[in-house]
Amino acid sequence: MKTARVAYSGAIHKAFPDESGVRLDDGRIVSETDVVWLAPFDVQTIIALGLNYADHVKELSKELTFTEKDEPLVFLKGSNSVIGHRGHTRRPRGVAFMHYECELAVIIGPPAKNVNAANAMNHVAGYTVCNDYAIRDYLENYYRPNLRVKSRDGGTVLGPWFVDATDVADPHELVLRTRVNGKITQEGSTSNMVNRIPELIEYLSNFMTLGPGDVILTGTPEGVVNVNEGDEVITEIDGIGSLSNTIVGDGTFGIDDA
Amino acid sequence: MSVDFSVPPYAYSGRVYGSILNHQTSIDALGDEMFDVPYKNPPSAPILYVKPRNTLARSGSVMVVPSTHEVLQINGCLGLVIGETASRVTRTSAISHLAGYTAVIDVSVPHQKFYRPSVRFKALDGSCVVGELRQRDEISDPNKLLIKVAIDRDIQQEVSLGACVRDVEQLLVDVTEFMTLQPGDILLTGLSVGAPEVKRDQIASISIGGIGDVSVGFDSERVNA
Repeated sequence: MKTARVAYSGAIHKAFPDESGVRLDDGRIVSETDVVWLAPFDVQTIIALGLNYADHVKELSKELTFTEKDEPLVFLKGSNSVIGHRGHTRRPRGVAFMHYECELAVIIGPPAKNVNAANAMNHVAGYTVCNDYAIRDYLENYYRPNLRVKSRDGGTVLGPWFVDATDVADPHELVLRTRVNGKITQEGSTSNMVNRIPELIEYLSNFMTLGPGDVILTGTPEGVVNVNEGDEVITEIDGIGSLSNTIVGDGTFGIDDA
Repeated sequence: MSVDFSVPPYAYSGRVYGSILNHQTSIDALGDEMFDVPYKNPPSAPILYVKPRNTLARSGSVMVVPSTHEVLQINGCLGLVIGETASRVTRTSAISHLAGYTAVIDVSVPHQKFYRPSVRFKALDGSCVVGELRQRDEISDPNKLLIKVAIDRDIQQEVSLGACVRDVEQLLVDVTEFMTLQPGDILLTGLSVGAPEVKRDQIASISIGGIGDVSVGFDSERVNA
């Protein structure tokens, strides 16, 4: 089953896909542009993977002064950064390189502590699409990638649908794709993940208890390009969903010219 | 596994952010290394880390030390507890966004390299021990507070908040420039060098004058049959 969380006509509803739009939990069928899309689940700890696709590692190799191969490259993001489908993300004036990252988001269900890879998938509740923005101008070489790059307001776009784990036969055989203003700029397959979902859950649950609503953003393949104010960025994963986001400028947020 | 932090009139949100290299001693300790690979430059904006919800614990709790570690590091921190949504705050209004203050122990795996430390170092279960809320107006100047860190009641470190690179107001200005803080969020003001280490069967405690005390014990990992 696919479910969303939307705001409509003054209340928050669970919603389902429908041929002519979305069907709300009270039976109303409405246009997908008439609802406000929220993140499709109650987001708790946000765990993100860096450099988890071999092709993307190659793409960024210029700036990799270090490689640490003994552990997956994991960092945490703040939930201040979460927005839903059809939301807006701010590109600060004057930055040179702001890019999307299309990622498979794995949502934890039953709590996981010291779980073996063999049993790990029992702790996955479902999946959604994430667009995990970064602004590389702000990259500093301390606690990389620093939160000013990765945990900005509006920098973690999630949705539109929460897809039950049981509906996804193989999460490591999914095609990911990003379109900027309709043009395909990024394409890859979850089959190219360096650290796969069961191994990630085993690794993480060895030192931290994972709980319902914790989400693992599993990294992005090659093909990240700069996006500008006014661009429409669609990150999609076949069978999971197609997630839209629009880049807006400082003016939208009442930030005056410096 | 969620921890109830309902302390009237504010409930903590469970979101805790810490800052590194915000204490002059930690900048001095890195010294010229900051100009070499991999750092290349001193940090220009606040460098933050997240203490995820699995780390949250109340004062008086007992933390399990994973069998992989002999010692853990005790970082005594002042926690700024947000009271009003804080987005791009100004210096003069910064403090008015706080509900108040709390003492926080950030238990970490000791590490000397800050380029890309493992998330493990900051994310162990029970490694963020949070105290009671002290109302904002009860503290005349948070930048003058002193944190005393003790192991088994023996004071091993004193940290003066006066030596912070960014004082409380400036930290709030520079952090809320890129991330909105919500009521109940906690922002830690920074770590000093020389944080004491603990072993199993010891107790760590911190005391911040006017704010309060927080303590945590350490125990062995129990292996379930």
